[in-house]
Amino acid sequence: MKYQTQKIALAYFAVAMALFAVQVLGGLLAGWVYVAPNTLSEILPFNIIRMLHTNSLIVWLLCGFFGAAYFLIPEEAEREIHSPMLAYLQLIILVVGTLGVVLTYVFNLFEGNWLLGKEGREFIEQPRWVKAGIVVAALMFLYNVTMTVLKGKKTAITNILLLGLWGLALLFLFSFYNPGNLSLDKQYWWYIVHLWVEGVWELIMASILAYLMLKLTGVDREVVEKWLYVIVAAALFSGILGTGHHYYWIGTPGYWQWIGSIFSSLEVVPFFAMMAFAFVMVWKGRRDHPNKAALLWSLGCATLAFFGAGVWGFLHTLHGVNFYTHGTQITAAHGHLAFFGAYVSLNLAIFTYAMPVLLGRDPYNQVLNMASFWLMSGGMAFMTFVLTFAGTVQTHLQRVNGEYYMDVQDQLAVFYWMRFGAGVAFVIGALLFIYAIWVPRREVISTDAGQPAE
Amino acid sequence: MAEPMPRPGSVEELPGELLMWVLIVSELLVFGAGLAAFLGVRITDPSGFAEAQDHLHRTAAALNTVVLVTSGFLAARALHLREAGRRAASRLHLGGAMALGVVFLWIKGIEYADKAAQGIGFETHPFFMFYYLLTGFHAAHVAAGILILGLVAVWDEAHHIKVAGAFWHMVDLMWVLLFPVVYLLA
Repeated sequence: MKYQTQKIALAYFAVAMALFAVQVLGGLLAGWVYVAPNTLSEILPFNIIRMLHTNSLIVWLLCGFFGAAYFLIPEEAEREIHSPMLAYLQLIILVVGTLGVVLTYVFNLFEGNWLLGKEGREFIEQPRWVKAGIVVAALMFLYNVTMTVLKGKKTAITNILLLGLWGLALLFLFSFYNPGNLSLDKQYWWYIVHLWVEGVWELIMASILAYLMLKLTGVDREVVEKWLYVIVAAALFSGILGTGHHYYWIGTPGYWQWIGSIFSSLEVVPFFAMMAFAFVMVWKGRRDHPNKAALLWSLGCATLAFFGAGVWGFLHTLHGVNFYTHGTQITAAHGHLAFFGAYVSLNLAIFTYAMPVLLGRDPYNQVLNMASFWLMSGGMAFMTFVLTFAGTVQTHLQRVNGEYYMDVQDQLAVFYWMRFGAGVAFVIGALLFIYAIWVPRREVISTDAGQPAE
Repeated sequence: MAEPMPRPGSVEELPGELLMWVLIVSELLVFGAGLAAFLGVRITDPSGFAEAQDHLHRTAAALNTVVLVTSGFLAARALHLREAGRRAASRLHLGGAMALGVVFLWIKGIEYADKAAQGIGFETHPFFMFYYLLTGFHAAHVAAGILILGLVAVWDEAHHIKVAGAFWHMVDLMWVLLFPVVYLLA
């Protein structure tokens, strides 16, 4: 570790991994409710479990992004973070806010209160005071990292990362606007939800991936930067108007069906480019970095993002298809693999790379970490397949044959059982990952062929 | 030789700026998909499309084709003049290209106003939805192109003019594809 303030990342990564554990356990519980619907129905209803599953995901991914920024910006800008105190204060605000959301929802505190009560809009459920806290934390973060970059060296990686993070924070402001008209509500809601994951988060993803490639493969910065710019251009070109694929059936004018179909079909391009980028860099690279697990996660991230976000997204993005599949398990299949591939794997890649550096260790537990990759990826791939089959059957029974929703759900039980099994494999993988990262053991893969394997 | 020759087939061979080519390819993909969708939907209702098409102002669109292609010619001349060191003449040509871009938008505006006066909107017929989408997207690019030409007329390095010219020719190309498909195809 070259700069002392990179240590800030350690606290962020710790919170992120704790919430990751909460998220996957919540997911497992939700998966169990699918097969045994009365589980905890009085104490912790399904909609609350689902909220905890999705919100803890978002918060831990954000903590991971913030941590990654605090880790890589000092190295790129070649100077210490402007104010470590602000960075820790920011994390405290985020943690307090997260606890506030959990307590408010689990015990239904302050019902109907404008400031303190539940808001109830999917993914932006946070009570208003938490939203305000998020904005304050984001402002502190942006001030902190922007000052660091402005005073230091500016690279393509930090520029794109900052662009993505600024966009992320500014778009969140739409969460304060909640029009009474449901169509308008959804229209603005997607400014956050879509323009995050299919817009500015892709910039964050591309820049962190570029940083990892730079470090792991040793390819020239110039080459990495050229790829980065092309990926970012393709992401913004397709992603911004790609928002139209959410405007098919919410009461917006019909032309959105074509704008959405055409632009969002192109959203596969940046994900393909990221996958090509990662593999080409590894082939070109001459550096034999000892952290094989970080490389596996980076390549896995680019590949699974291409399939989850790119291919599975395209599967139901054309409005002629989406007319039938909208809101079925096809969406759930896409959502799971896309989030895991693009953003979960990205975070796990940067954790795997950064944690040994932050803790001043050799990259221990490589095999264990790689095993966790295959467990999680295998579990998630299986889950994606069974949900895709479930969604296909559901589309036919419900949307073509016109059967009742709950009758169809009964017939999908076998898929939900398999999904639960896939979830168990995933959770074991996730816990294994956390163990492999935190608990030191004397096992390092040797790149020296002359040395006997341990 | 001071600079190494780029590998044949590598991106370094592209004139201008790599990112501009990424944009051009992306734009052509979108317009191509839009035109393909238009032709696809047209199959479902040939007579309705033909009837709707008769409401368009073909002469104005033909005139606009001449205007835009001439504008493209002026932009191309501007680059040659700049490379020959004739900065003032180059700027004059860029100004001419911009002015013709404005003429294009003006004629387009008359067309739109005429449609609006007839009560024709996005929802009137699928033909008009595509008409407004395709020509509207194109017109937005003309407006952006005028702005870009203005910028390179001020910061007039030859490299800048080349990149702006590439964009402007793409706008030309789109119109040349769009005009026969939307206005003329019977």
